[in-house]
Amino acid sequence: MKNVKVLGSGCKRCEAAADLVRAEAQKLGVEIELEKVTDYAAIAGYGIASTPGLVIDGKVVHAGGLPKSDDVAKWLMA
Amino acid sequence: MSVEASPSPNAARSPVLWVGAALAAVVLWFALYWRLEDFSAWVVGKLQLPAGSHIEEAARFFVFDTPKVLMLLALVVFAMGVVRSFFSPERTRALLAGKREGFGNVAAAGLGVVTPFCSCSAVPMFVGFISAGVPLGVALSFLISAPMVNEVALGLLFALVGWKVAAIYLGFGLAVAIVAGWVIGRLNLESWLEEWVRNVRAGNTDLPVDHRTIVDRIHAGLDAMRDIVGRVWMWMIVGIAVGAFIHGYVPSDLFASIMGRGEWWSVPAVVLIAVPIYSNAAGVIPVVEALLSKGAPLGTVLAFMMSIIAISFPEMVILRKVLTPRLIAVFVGVVATGIIAVGYLFNFLFS
Repeated sequence: MKNVKVLGSGCKRCEAAADLVRAEAQKLGVEIELEKVTDYAAIAGYGIASTPGLVIDGKVVHAGGLPKSDDVAKWLMA
Repeated sequence: MSVEASPSPNAARSPVLWVGAALAAVVLWFALYWRLEDFSAWVVGKLQLPAGSHIEEAARFFVFDTPKVLMLLALVVFAMGVVRSFFSPERTRALLAGKREGFGNVAAAGLGVVTPFCSCSAVPMFVGFISAGVPLGVALSFLISAPMVNEVALGLLFALVGWKVAAIYLGFGLAVAIVAGWVIGRLNLESWLEEWVRNVRAGNTDLPVDHRTIVDRIHAGLDAMRDIVGRVWMWMIVGIAVGAFIHGYVPSDLFASIMGRGEWWSVPAVVLIAVPIYSNAAGVIPVVEALLSKGAPLGTVLAFMMSIIAISFPEMVILRKVLTPRLIAVFVGVVATGIIAVGYLFNFLFS
């Protein structure tokens, strides 16, 4: 079970990023627990300055813009 | 599905092919662009409008400017998308953290031009900057220059109004951002930030190293093009329609007389008018082009344009989440003063 956090406050791309992670996880058969972090203070606490950000099992793997699905797959399989 | 076999999804694609295709597309772009005037003359001819009439003049402007501005926008946004793939807000922040004021303001304003920015990400970026120890005034220099001196504004000004005005806009846009940020920094208003912003401390993070290939960067350019052109094309058409109306129907010297070269109050007046108007650069520049062609003074028009883009009500609502109303008032006051100064200076220099 991987814990995935999508950092970002309600922007369109943040939604898209969350959907992308969900779709990739399902495709790969990886079980995930998806969490959305919308609080600006919490987001800054992860050390990123651009959203959407992705945190997998406590580690920041991506910041700013929609990640590529191949990359998401890589992070989920890691 | 062999994910681990291909570390970068584009590594398999030939870089030569991609760079070649990109170059071919740019050449095709120029070929089309040179033929545009003939094409629009042909279209307007087909419309059978009475020659020399207001409606013909307006139609000519609209039919020529719409594809022209769209094409320019696409090219400029693509090029900047590629350039911006070398910068990230995180890296910009690392460059700015702990910088002294003064030099920090200059660096922040400059980085504001090349760092990817959209007003939807202004708040997380601002909080991210402050929490990492970027001084308030330096963060504000960034926040002023990023939306105002952007590639869309510069590219369109360059193409529609000329390189001189674009260079002037770049120089003085940066100057306003630097000086306004520096002044606010001098005032020591950190305590006027919202309480929670002052208490956030940035976590340390090691973002993965940037391994992007040239093909990835071309992709970044294409993504930016799709994203930005998709977002602003409606603004642009409205702007061109307003410009077309001005071109066809407004008498030549109307703006010269209203915005009056000699009237001292014309610059603050257009800034006041512009604050509640919200548009982005793509919408406002066709209007600027039309205003200038009708004899409006350059400084007044630049002040109008800068305040429409830099000070807008929706942006203040977004900033309200992090700045107290007092600080927003100071921010608007300082930026507006800077813009008014630029307006006066240009009317003085170019009159």
